[in-house]
Amino acid sequence: MLTKRIIPCLDVRDGKVVKGINFVGIKEVGDPVTLARQYYEQGADELVFLDITATHEHRDTMVHVVEQVAKEIYIPFTVGGGIRTIEDIRRILRAGADKISLNSAAVRNPQLIAEGAKQFGNQCMVLAVDGRMRPDGTGWNVVINGGRIDTGLDALEWIEKGVGLGAGEILLTSMDTDGCKQGYDLAFCKAVRNRVNVPVIASGGCGALKHFYDVFEQEAADAALAASLFHYGEMTVGQVKEYLKEKGIPVRL
Amino acid sequence: MIGIIDYGMGNLHSVKNALDALGFANEFVSDPKQLDKYEKLVLPGVGAFGDCMENLHRSGLYEAVDRQVRQKKKPLLGICLGMQALFETSEEKGFHQGFGFLQGDIRKMEAEGYRIPHIGWNELVKNGNHPLLDQLPDHAYMYYVHSYYAQNYREEDLLGYSIYGPLKIPGIVCHDNVLGCQFHPEKCGEDGLKILRYFGKEFV
Repeated sequence: MLTKRIIPCLDVRDGKVVKGINFVGIKEVGDPVTLARQYYEQGADELVFLDITATHEHRDTMVHVVEQVAKEIYIPFTVGGGIRTIEDIRRILRAGADKISLNSAAVRNPQLIAEGAKQFGNQCMVLAVDGRMRPDGTGWNVVINGGRIDTGLDALEWIEKGVGLGAGEILLTSMDTDGCKQGYDLAFCKAVRNRVNVPVIASGGCGALKHFYDVFEQEAADAALAASLFHYGEMTVGQVKEYLKEKGIPVRL
Repeated sequence: MIGIIDYGMGNLHSVKNALDALGFANEFVSDPKQLDKYEKLVLPGVGAFGDCMENLHRSGLYEAVDRQVRQKKKPLLGICLGMQALFETSEEKGFHQGFGFLQGDIRKMEAEGYRIPHIGWNELVKNGNHPLLDQLPDHAYMYYVHSYYAQNYREEDLLGYSIYGPLKIPGIVCHDNVLGCQFHPEKCGEDGLKILRYFGKEFV
């Protein structure tokens, strides 16, 4: 039986893992290679690295981080952030990443998904979408640049288009629940999962063990991503999986 | 020395990292004339079947690998798309011929109510008796990421499979000196490494 995945996410800036609260007050929480190894040993199913490096000059740092991480862990990992061209994708995959995630760059240039899928396979193209409920409550819009720009695109339509172009998985972050620790955005996740037939990774809002259970029990996601919960040692990946197993959710232990 | 066949497809470095960690001497090989010098070969692969075979043919590696495996009986491990290439044909984006070391063909996965690609950790069910299976725990999980799977294979070639809804997905296949994994053993934690250790140390 296919298990539900628990995925720690590491935001990396200039080669260090950082965590921001509502995109301000960013602080360093550690070395990406050390943290990756730690999560691997805790039983993480895969990892996501998000490169939030501010300047172009430091982009090469991420390739180096990917090379180091690939030597330390034997589970798949995804790298996103700042990837704009086929050449960027190639470099990250060659350095040892298994999948790449595209967010703003895919909105600006949807053909990047198609080109990447054609050259490297749908399975390694993750479409990352940040969405926010429209003020009139009729659905969700795609927001880019870390939540700063509302594109006016309907998130469900965009995701359907992205899957049609070759995205093999959706990493869905709700800007409404992100950082609130009140649970994942179940309605948004379900809407996406009903719209497309590829796996959906829920992101944003997890603050308690119960939130992992809710998102799986309600069949809102195939995988759940969390960052600060794990970084600050509030719980380990192992604890989450033990808890889920007890509650009858299939996990790899 | 293990030769990791580099034909422009896939995440070669992860295979290398894992073999390095296990202490097996290995290197990338892209020149068909060099294959003679390796004791064992690994055929990795990510991407589309048609591109994979085209690259193998264009580089001259197809004939070279075929000779090493059929005539010299050299042990070969195919991983993911590299495993699919071991079969006779594939219907991925057209119709393509594989190596045909294993009987069977590659079909698109279709299962009402189940997500494709099949992504994530799935339990490996052991099938039959094989020394490799003795090294794996009874409830090992392997990480799959694929949309196509092997069908019409010989039952005796199947060493392990996973269940995904109504589908029975061949996970490990083996025939004579050819071993294949649909999942990436180099990305399947300690149990995945056990498969690579078996291949490097004991296989054939």
